[in-house]
Amino acid sequence: MSPTPRPRPDARQPLADGATPSSGQMFRRGAVKSLPFLIVMIPFALLFGVVALEAGMDVAQVLGFSVLVLAGASQFTAVQLLSDNAPVIVVILSCLAVNLRMAMYSASLVPWLRDATAPQKAWVAYALVDQSYALSIQEYEANPRMALRQRLAFFAGVVTVVCLPWMVFSWLGATVGRAIPDDIALDFAMPITFLAMIAPMLRTPAHLAACFVAVLGSLLLAGLPSGLGLLIAAPIGMATGAAVEAWTGRRARA
Amino acid sequence: MTNGTSDLTVWLVIVVLGIGTFLIRWSFLGTLGDRELPEWVLRMLRYTPVAVLPALVAPLVVWPAATGGQPDPARMAAATVTVAVGLWTKNMIGAILAGAITLFGLLYML
Repeated sequence: MSPTPRPRPDARQPLADGATPSSGQMFRRGAVKSLPFLIVMIPFALLFGVVALEAGMDVAQVLGFSVLVLAGASQFTAVQLLSDNAPVIVVILSCLAVNLRMAMYSASLVPWLRDATAPQKAWVAYALVDQSYALSIQEYEANPRMALRQRLAFFAGVVTVVCLPWMVFSWLGATVGRAIPDDIALDFAMPITFLAMIAPMLRTPAHLAACFVAVLGSLLLAGLPSGLGLLIAAPIGMATGAAVEAWTGRRARA
Repeated sequence: MTNGTSDLTVWLVIVVLGIGTFLIRWSFLGTLGDRELPEWVLRMLRYTPVAVLPALVAPLVVWPAATGGQPDPARMAAATVTVAVGLWTKNMIGAILAGAITLFGLLYML
């Protein structure tokens, strides 16, 4: 058994008491919970294919990005910078900076997945994107007694629905080259889905404080180069959450 | 590419970025697995999602790229409605729908 981080009461659709769902059921649960993301994922993936194609990349390169890098924001950044004739080292460092937040996701999953085998951890790492992280951590926190196998199965279910279409539809966008109209406000699909994902998790004063400080920090530091403001603002928000938790006397047992 | 960047350069970026991004994602999960994290670290990590994701999108809400960085009432209202519905109902899909309806409704009217 893996050690279970502090159980907490939670209103977010916990599994029925005493139920021990099979890995298959957890895989399906993860897949079903990810379905809403397709509304965002599919148009964005198509758009990436189209944009990269217009920048002069070939279909293999588009697929190379979506399979090997598998990180939407940094893929768009890379295409943008390459089109601007930025030096290769600048392209690489900027995109890695955009992705550095995932190190925080990686650390945050350690308590939940520490007993997984090295190959399992490598697979989780490969598919650790904003959506797979957010949905999984939400599920793990809501059902802290889940076994490791179930946690991995849930993650795999999410990844199947979130990551595979990213690859398929960016390939399709590059192949079909279909233009997506600019006036349907797709730019706002990502902010809305992320906010919708996080709002239900803001269930204590500590969570609210962490969120508020991180948002304030990111707005104040928005002038810094790509991703840097976030890397300063987010840890300050996390520290604020931890401080408020300690202060309100909610002692943790790991 | 259209600006003359060679195929080889593009592939170099793809491969280096792929390896680098994997190492970022693998970093803590792959190397820290057998050790107990200190209590204060665990406490901070509990707030990772609620700090990182809102901070990631906040600048996009306030200064949307689609309006050339000009604050946009429709997008601000949509974000506010999304958060309010999410907080109130704890329902992610409901919050997405409420935000999308607000956005398209206001964009249509304004």
